[in-house]
Amino acid sequence: MKTVLLCAALCAPGCVMAQDLRISDACIRAPMPGAPVVSGYLTITNPGPVADRLTGGRADFAEVVQVHGMTMEGEVMRMRQRVDGLPVPAGATVTLQPGGDHLMFSGLNFAPKSGDTVHVTLTFDHAGPVTLPMPVCAGGPAGRVQ
Amino acid sequence: MRKDRTARWLALGAVAAGLAVTLWFAVLDPRAEDVPTVGQGDYLLETTEGAPFTAATLTGQPSAIFFGYTHCPDVCPTTLGDIALWQQELGDRAAAMRFFLVTVDPERDTIPVLADYLSWSEGIIGVTGTEAEIAKALEAFRIYAQKVSGEGADYSMDHSASVLLFDADGRFAGRIGYQEPVETVLPKLHALIPGAG
Repeated sequence: MKTVLLCAALCAPGCVMAQDLRISDACIRAPMPGAPVVSGYLTITNPGPVADRLTGGRADFAEVVQVHGMTMEGEVMRMRQRVDGLPVPAGATVTLQPGGDHLMFSGLNFAPKSGDTVHVTLTFDHAGPVTLPMPVCAGGPAGRVQ
Repeated sequence: MRKDRTARWLALGAVAAGLAVTLWFAVLDPRAEDVPTVGQGDYLLETTEGAPFTAATLTGQPSAIFFGYTHCPDVCPTTLGDIALWQQELGDRAAAMRFFLVTVDPERDTIPVLADYLSWSEGIIGVTGTEAEIAKALEAFRIYAQKVSGEGADYSMDHSASVLLFDADGRFAGRIGYQEPVETVLPKLHALIPGAG
């Protein structure tokens, strides 16, 4: 009950509360035609006193769900799996967005399209597994995701 | 006290490293913008329209060329989306400009794969070829691409993410940076299209 009230008080529509974490603005890109990979984005707020870490996840439509980091060195893009996970420090907000950290879904067995919502279970060290709905981001396969 | 000093040296080291990187890309980089031979070479590639793609292809009409690959989850769709936006903003003028996606991953990006990938868009032409010819093209265009192993047989590619611009004479005419705002992109494109802007 407390969680539900908190959620109603703190969360906009589409927001998920789990333990002390608040997840919002979650969406998954519509994959480009034939592309076996797609990225997902979200904002994680950790208002609690305990540091957490996003380590990975799972989803019915993808064989592998990983947390990836991306850096630009000059004009060269480098993408790597964050094998130690993505820290979500106490009191911090972490954003996974285009051009930065993102969820990488690979081995797709279903191509989500505009209007679809998929369910993704993210794994956190402290909060444990958190299942959330991720609608397909607005703007089509190559839409600019804000 | 000692910790303080160590931290200061570390910070200094980080600044020095940052400067070195900046210097490399801004001044010493052999791929610097003013090199007139960017794009020139004897590579022979193929387009999704069934035509050959060589250095001679660059002449006749201005072009914007992006290097990417279909297994790229973030940068490539974002850039292709940006290109679609530029085309929309250019309106009638868009047809005067050619847009190419050259793969940095010829092993997986065959003509049918690229054609399917680009089927959502209008006017972005896919380009691929043998690994040897792609390697020649990457060198000609001063494009960095490096395979990075992932799980099992999976891999991703580190690669240059900017869009290269060429005028109607096939001369290198600058770059558009990754996620560069449309306000600064459009003047660059208009400058290349005769009679525009």
